[in-house]
Amino acid sequence: MTPSWKYWLIGGLAVAVLAAAIYFPILRRRVKRAARLQQQSEEQARRELTQPIPINPSDPRVKAKVFWVSDAIDSTLAPVTVELPLSNDPALRSKQVLNTLLAGPVDAELRTLPPDASLLAFYLLPDGTAIADFSEALATSIPSGIVSEQLAVNSITRTLEANVPQVQRLKILIHGQEVETLAGHLDLAGTFVVNTKVAQEPAKPTPTPSGTDKPASPAAAAKARAAVPGTLTATRAPGKLAQAESRP
Amino acid sequence: MLSWVSKILRMKFLSLLGLLSVALVAGVLVSPSLTPSQAQQPAPSNPAATSPAATPTPGRVAGSAASPFGTQTPQGGLNIVVLDPAHGGTDPGARGTGGIRESEIVLDFAVQVRRALELQGFQVVQTRQGNENPSFDDRSATANAQRGAVFVTLHISSTGLPGTARVYVNSDLPPVANAGGLIPWDRAQAPFLGLSKAFGDLVQGFLAQRFKGSPDTAQSASVRQLRTTAAPAIAVEVSSVTVEDRADLDRMAPGVADAIARGTAAFKPSYVVPSTPGALP
Ligand SMILES: [Zn+2]
Repeated sequence: MTPSWKYWLIGGLAVAVLAAAIYFPILRRRVKRAARLQQQSEEQARRELTQPIPINPSDPRVKAKVFWVSDAIDSTLAPVTVELPLSNDPALRSKQVLNTLLAGPVDAELRTLPPDASLLAFYLLPDGTAIADFSEALATSIPSGIVSEQLAVNSITRTLEANVPQVQRLKILIHGQEVETLAGHLDLAGTFVVNTKVAQEPAKPTPTPSGTDKPASPAAAAKARAAVPGTLTATRAPGKLAQAESRP
Repeated sequence: MLSWVSKILRMKFLSLLGLLSVALVAGVLVSPSLTPSQAQQPAPSNPAATSPAATPTPGRVAGSAASPFGTQTPQGGLNIVVLDPAHGGTDPGARGTGGIRESEIVLDFAVQVRRALELQGFQVVQTRQGNENPSFDDRSATANAQRGAVFVTLHISSTGLPGTARVYVNSDLPPVANAGGLIPWDRAQAPFLGLSKAFGDLVQGFLAQRFKGSPDTAQSASVRQLRTTAAPAIAVEVSSVTVEDRADLDRMAPGVADAIARGTAAFKPSYVVPSTPGALP
């Protein structure tokens, strides 16, 4: 019976290999799920850290106008009146209305920003330029496309315009970084006009001297950009990327 | 008796061998899914779009080196269309649940748009032929190297009413001359906005006739690709990658191609290179 133990050994090994082959995908799925859970809880923790935008109950309750989509197919923005205790401090007030916008309307179909996106920071400079820093999810979870990305930015600027008159223009950062586009289409290099009434007055286009109208080379442009760092400088004055307001 | 036992054992051995081979095959099948990054190789480029005729030929339009505004364009104005199938390479653009990728569909659309434009007598230069991803500046540079050209960037959206198409022109970019009197590269579109709007309205008009539910006129948006383009420039975005069957989008390609070709032909006579930048024809 000497060969018999060999057969049993081979058989045992084969069964073990088979069992491993079956079990492996299950294990993989479990590991993946665990990783996702951890990611979610990290995002949750960040939200909890950044969220405590003190909704102070003693603040006057104001009828805030928040811009969501009026109809999931038509993709036009419509203001929804939400009664909220809003601070009189413009930066705090901006955070409060943007968090309301991010939280989304009752009907999730009508939201303009991805549900996992959050506002990490918001600053308001004395000249009326606001800087809103959103979590990476704003760029990664938004449906890619001109129409969807424009709707997202317009909902942010119009919600600010309707509730915080001090904000003149807005620069959008993603996770503290300046990015080229939101999700492959919409230009985030400049600032967006928020207060359209004020912006219309100084927006006299500088006449270009004739005969000197060839665009500069990319190298020259890169040099110019290097010489003038940042986008909030005088050469990149407000209104460069004025959003055409497609009012419903 | 003994031979009977050995027969059984041999049969067992054979079945064990079979089991082992099954296990091996299963192991081999499982292992490729271990490396999802490897599985996501870039899709092969579209062979139809890589015809040698598609190579940009800026030399062919070389005329005088005069300013695009100051003098008449050689060969009497608009004769080149720079066609930009957006995204590509590591950037798939919009993605549908059914695996539809914007980067692939726009390349297929470009083949038909190109054919329609060539039938109208235009020379077509493409910013990419296959599954590459030139930068925004590279794509603009392809257009900016031409004279008497218009620029069309093709997109498929993630949202919007399926079966509609929208034309976008860049949002307002007040031209600001720098110290040298040059228009900065990063606002190259500024002097062309009026022409872009006229061009966009024409194309949108033809699209609206073909695709019910599309707007009647071109809309404005801060489209990054358009900002650095020194030519009448539009973005055409078709809805959407959410269609269940890719064929629903493929069916739109001839209509989109026809609208772009007819819009460009209609725009051609009005593109007498303006004497003042940004002036409407
Ligand atoms: Zn696109």
